[in-house]
Order: sequence, then structure tokens, then C-alpha cells
Amino acid sequence: MIDPTGLVVAAAVLAAATLFGLVRARRDGRLRDGGRGRGALRFSSGELGADLGERATLVQFSTALCATCPGTRRLLAGVAAATPGVRHVEIDAEARLDLVRRAEVMRTPTVLVLDPAGRVVRRASGPPSRADVMAAVELATAG
Amino acid sequence: MPDRSPRVPVHVDPRGPRFAAVLTTLVLVLALATGSGVLLAAQAVVFALGAVLGLRRSPYGWLYRRLVRPRLGPPRELEDERPPRFAQGVGLAFAVLGAAGYLSGAGWLGVAATAAAVAAAFLNAAFGYCLGCEAYLLAVRGRARLGQG
Repeated sequence: MIDPTGLVVAAAVLAAATLFGLVRARRDGRLRDGGRGRGALRFSSGELGADLGERATLVQFSTALCATCPGTRRLLAGVAAATPGVRHVEIDAEARLDLVRRAEVMRTPTVLVLDPAGRVVRRASGPPSRADVMAAVELATAG
Repeated sequence: MPDRSPRVPVHVDPRGPRFAAVLTTLVLVLALATGSGVLLAAQAVVFALGAVLGLRRSPYGWLYRRLVRPRLGPPRELEDERPPRFAQGVGLAFAVLGAAGYLSGAGWLGVAATAAAVAAAFLNAAFGYCLGCEAYLLAVRGRARLGQG
């Protein structure tokens, strides 16, 4: 009992999902330019509820229902612990929808790398790599 | 006595949900290719067990522990059960919709809903990408917007 329509749809969905998955895997967590013009977006320590780092602040948006957030938390906390002047601030996206809207966060984890003045210099949606985070920290420090 | 407090999240071997996603993909593709509302309804029951009782009580979780896990080493890390469990709930919604479509004669609804479920299950199985979890923040944002309006 083969349903020809269903069979065609199944093949099409699997092909489309494969393409989507490959593109996503390539882009995921890539740290890109801060968004709408460099330095356009800025957060104060009061808004974040934490002091800014002297060199850089790694702001991570997370939710409880995010499978990759704990791994990103470990990575960023590790970088902050190993690099003087760098702080890791984790934001509960559900509790801070004001920040979510301002930063246009669509998924978790989203990571913003802030310079000492709180300007967003790099952002990643999806879990970033350690090398990318270190490079972004250098960029933030260089101002 | 089992701890039911939501403050203490259950942690599971992440390879379990991945294995379950592979089985789910196979079952859903079979349901789509044969237009079987009954098979889809059976998968809906599996989703429901995972979402309501927890991943360990789902039949696929049981199969993983009985057949697969003994052949693998211990997991390198455990993961919070809540994201994949939430995704089981999303899968349940689509499977129920699809089964209702097939069984009531609205074949197009069955095909559309099952296709969406196949896409999500396959992305999880092949890439470890949890579509249901990604949808969660968008759902929260949308709900907050409605609340304001």
C-alpha cells in the first residue's frame, strides 16, 4: 500500500532537510559583525544586571529548553576564567524579553561579544567555537 | 521515591534521544510513504509517553537502554532532559494532527503534518539539531507579544 504522493513528499522533505542541515551546520555559531553597523547596539551593566568586563563581556542568551546552551556556558565560562578582564554573563531569555527584542535574538544560544564600553562587536546564533570567541575577545579589546 | 521537583532537572545520556530520533524518522517516513494513519497514531502514542512520563519511559528509550547502551561506553556527558522532552511534545502535536487527517479522510492534512514531523525528526537524527527546541523561544516571544497587545 504505497501512497505515491506521500513517497514523493517524503523524498522531497528528506532532501530539503539535508540541505538545510548542511547549510546550518556551516553557519551555526559563526561570529559575525555586530549587526546594524558596528557599535549601533550597546548595553549597560545596569541592563545586563552584571558588571562589564574590562576587556570584553560575553553575553549569552539561554533558555531552559535549549539543548546546546550548557555546552556554550561551559565554553564561555572557561574563556572568562582563563582570560583576565573578560566576563561571562548569562541571560535567561524568557525573563528578559526586553533585551531579547533589542538584540533581535531569535534562537538560543545567542552570544554577543561586547567591548569595554558595552558595544556589540560580534554576535553568534548557535554555539560558537573557542577559537572564534578568542578572536572576538581580541577584537573587542582592540576597540 | 522519585524526585518530581522541576527544580532538579533529570539528566539523560544524549545518545538516547538521538537513537530515538533515528527510529522516529524511520517510522514517520514509513507512515508518510504508505499513508498509514494507524502507524502515525502509534508514533503519537510513543511521543506522548516520552513527553508525559519522560524519555526513559518512552519505548524507544527502553530499546536504547536494553539493546544499544550495553554495546557503547559510558556517555562523556549527560544532558538536561527538558529540551528533548519538549520536542517530543511538539512531535506529538504534529503526529496527532496527521493521524486525524489520515483517519478522517483529509489526506492532505495527514501528508502535510507528517512531512513536518519527518523534517524535524530527521534533522535531529542526522545533525543533532532540535527544531522543537529552537521554536521554543519564538513561541515565548510570540506569547509575550500577544499578552501586550
